[in-house]
Amino acid sequence: MTDKKHKLLEVKGLTMDFGGLRAVDSVSLAVHEGEIAALIGPNGAGKTTFFNCITGIYTPTSGDILLHPKGLSTRRLNGLKPNKVTEMGLARTFQNVRLFPGMTVLENVMIGRHCRTHSGIFRSIIRNRSVREEEQETVESSYRLLEKVGLEKFVNEFARNLPYGAQRRLEIARALATDPFLLLLDEPAAGMNPYETSELDQLISRISEEEQIAILLIEHDMKLVMKISNPIYVMEYGKKIAQGSPLEIRDNPKVIEAYLGEEVDA
Amino acid sequence: MLREFKQSLLIALWFVFLTFPLMVVRVNTIENVVVWRWANILWVAIGAFVLSYCWRYMLARRQRQSKKAEEGIDTRGPLQAALDNVQLRNRAMAVLLALAVIFPLVFDTYQTSIMVTALIFVVLGLGLNIGVGLAGLLDLGYVAFFGVGAYTYAILNANFDLGFWIVLPIGGVLGCLFGVVLGFPILRLRGDYLAIVTLGFGMIFKVVMENWETLSRGPSGIANIDRPGLFGLEMTLAQSTVYIYYIMIALVILTIIVTNRLKNSRVGRAWIALREDEIACVAMGIDMARTKLSAYALGAFWAGMVGVLFAAKTTFINPAGFTFMQSAIILSIVVLGGMGSILGVILGAFILVLLPEYLRAFSEYRMLVFGAAMTLMMIFRPQGLISNLRQIYQYKGSKDSTAHDG
Amino acid sequence: MDIEYFLELFFSGLTRGSIYALIALGYTMVYGIIQLINFAHGEIYMIGAFVALIVAGVCTIYGLSGFAILILAAAIAIIYAAAYGYTLEKIAYRPLRGSPRLSPLISAIGMSIFLQNYVLLAQTPDYLPFPRLIPSFAFMDPVAHIIGSAELVILITTLVTMVLLTLLIKKTRVGKAMRATQQDLSMARLVGVNVDRVISLTFVIGSVLAAIGGVLVASYIGQVNFYIGFLAGVKAFTAAVLGGIGSIPGAVLGGLIIGWSESFAAGYFSSDYEDILTFVLLVVILIVRPAGILGKVRKQKV
Repeated sequence: MTDKKHKLLEVKGLTMDFGGLRAVDSVSLAVHEGEIAALIGPNGAGKTTFFNCITGIYTPTSGDILLHPKGLSTRRLNGLKPNKVTEMGLARTFQNVRLFPGMTVLENVMIGRHCRTHSGIFRSIIRNRSVREEEQETVESSYRLLEKVGLEKFVNEFARNLPYGAQRRLEIARALATDPFLLLLDEPAAGMNPYETSELDQLISRISEEEQIAILLIEHDMKLVMKISNPIYVMEYGKKIAQGSPLEIRDNPKVIEAYLGEEVDA
Repeated sequence: MLREFKQSLLIALWFVFLTFPLMVVRVNTIENVVVWRWANILWVAIGAFVLSYCWRYMLARRQRQSKKAEEGIDTRGPLQAALDNVQLRNRAMAVLLALAVIFPLVFDTYQTSIMVTALIFVVLGLGLNIGVGLAGLLDLGYVAFFGVGAYTYAILNANFDLGFWIVLPIGGVLGCLFGVVLGFPILRLRGDYLAIVTLGFGMIFKVVMENWETLSRGPSGIANIDRPGLFGLEMTLAQSTVYIYYIMIALVILTIIVTNRLKNSRVGRAWIALREDEIACVAMGIDMARTKLSAYALGAFWAGMVGVLFAAKTTFINPAGFTFMQSAIILSIVVLGGMGSILGVILGAFILVLLPEYLRAFSEYRMLVFGAAMTLMMIFRPQGLISNLRQIYQYKGSKDSTAHDG
Repeated sequence: MDIEYFLELFFSGLTRGSIYALIALGYTMVYGIIQLINFAHGEIYMIGAFVALIVAGVCTIYGLSGFAILILAAAIAIIYAAAYGYTLEKIAYRPLRGSPRLSPLISAIGMSIFLQNYVLLAQTPDYLPFPRLIPSFAFMDPVAHIIGSAELVILITTLVTMVLLTLLIKKTRVGKAMRATQQDLSMARLVGVNVDRVISLTFVIGSVLAAIGGVLVASYIGQVNFYIGFLAGVKAFTAAVLGGIGSIPGAVLGGLIIGWSESFAAGYFSSDYEDILTFVLLVVILIVRPAGILGKVRKQKV
């Protein structure tokens, strides 16, 4: 059933070595159109490293990362700079929130629009009509994104003054501003209370349905993962140990063993 | 109370010990004499005692303020809060501008000349502000671009008789070119390494100018550089100074407009994002190399341009005018004035240039105070004199963005 | 090819390089532990030399002579340099721990300017002659045109100092604490290392080394001035970066490379571009291999 849908991201046998340490060991996964896929696993399993390889922060030791944008030719992402990857339509958030603290909330989102706009230095100095229009358009679309994540009342606040949960949502809004067709969320619910988490899962579902953006998320919060994602990939010690639907994963003995000793709110 | 007293007493004793050889004993090994300045012990002791009280107080205050800031309480004093008001700042700028325009009409040539120097440093500060203040690129060799501009005019004028107005844009372009050429290989360097490399550039420039005699006439420099012309009009020194003054005012205004426009534009935001968090910035689709280079080269452009003016004003330049100390001063202007803040840089330039001039009596202690001030500012007021304001936007289909910040 | 000339340049470079290495160690150790470029380190070197001068001057005037002065001057210079280094860290750097990188850097530049002018005002802007305290050994006469007594003393002193330093770092508890703090400050704190003290100690050791260098150079060259710290500082700093900032053997290697480069360049080409050679080396190494020859690349966690 899922194989009928268009495959957007295809990772084949990704391996990442840091000197003698193999952080990611031949992991393969795929994300299809309309999916909310999840990558879970105990701490230190290599999930964020995996993300970093896909998004260009690390160059993988071996394997293939293939992006299949709809209607365009396939692109191999290995070794591309992160900004190029984002330009192609793959955006991300970070495990430890990385906002721009000295800029306002609105401006943080506006940064996301950078790769989709063109005003250069000379034209910005002259401030001709096209620049002003583009600027206004950036402001408007960024504001709309803030409304989407529910942060519109913080518009002109400095990002550093935001409460933690709001900061995480701001990061998502900023990533959305880059017009991605695939969104990578690195532990979006970390540090959130149950109320915030449930709001988050509604947000993620909305993004997936309304914006037609596929999502791959790393998460620890099993409730969130089980509720909204399918398929689920499980990593442990750098290897993929299981993949499947929430029910399949929940009953998978290897997964249970990997999480033994970890908190499982399934 | 008693404990603090004891602490300060110990500190005073420590400093007496510490400064004993240098402050009390003065040896002249040429003539083989020793001078014992016992009175200095008293001064050091008293000074250290009093200062230790001040120090303790200031540190405690800093601690309290940062705690309050964490809790979100507004810790700004009345002056700071007033300065953060955009409209007030704009009015302040307008007043400053008016004063600036009438200045030469009120004051004599000497004062005007000093003002020109101050304005030169304003432009240098604003130029460096693009790289350091906005993009967060630590540049310790900025004076090299200044020197490129100055020497361009000096050489072209002395050897080919080219006039000021022709060379002015050339100086800027050449500065920019150097910025691109030098910036290109160093882009991927992180903060400290970038600082060291730029420091190296600055030093290399000076030494090259000192030794490449055929080009720069070596340490003796180039003299008799032409002042800026006005349709071939003959001008006295006084008139020329006033003329240069108004040219500088125009240049300053131009720099302010350009910087302000860029600050709140797509490019400017990319620079600031780069400064705030390079990794997140790149992840959001911004080309790090291009963005860094544009900030670096644009800053170099302004330095090159105002370098031409500097040569025209002083009519004589030599390598000794382009030292690391100059770079440090310009950097201080940006950092102490307030990174990224235009009004702050202007204020910083005025203070750093004019204060030593007007406090001539204490000029011996000028550098001493300067060094101490740098350290103290970093500890007690790192955000600079005037903190950076960000643009407040209007949205939802309403009119264009509102007033600018300082 | 004149072998004697070559050897002369070789030893001259070795001597210079040793001094640069001594000073470079201070830079590299401080950077290794708190990632700060201690711009004021060159001034500590200068202060060491100046204090030695003052002590030597006073001693000479009051009738002491020769070797005794050297030892006394060196000892007192070392004590004072250590004191200045300690105070510097306490006042200008400790309050800024945890601040963004730019702040301590500017504070360091400020302190450098402050100390230079402090000595300038408290003493004199002139170049003051320093008595040649290092005695001439008769047994060195046959090779005196290649390597002099002073150079021998400098080399031996530097060697002994390096050995002592290495023993300290590798074999003592304190050294272990220093290494731990360099690798992971917060972790070291968690396991009970008094991080503040370790950092202070690092500054003190660096200052002691710089003072030794200062005394040696002053005797060797024969004069001191408030400005010598700056140039020596920049060169020693280049040496530290060249060898790999944060790496102790790197600082030594870098110092030697710069010492030899300067010596051979001045000997075989011209001394005009001597200064620039160092800076060009600096720029080249930073572009090609920023971590330096023996440096480790610090990976940033994302």
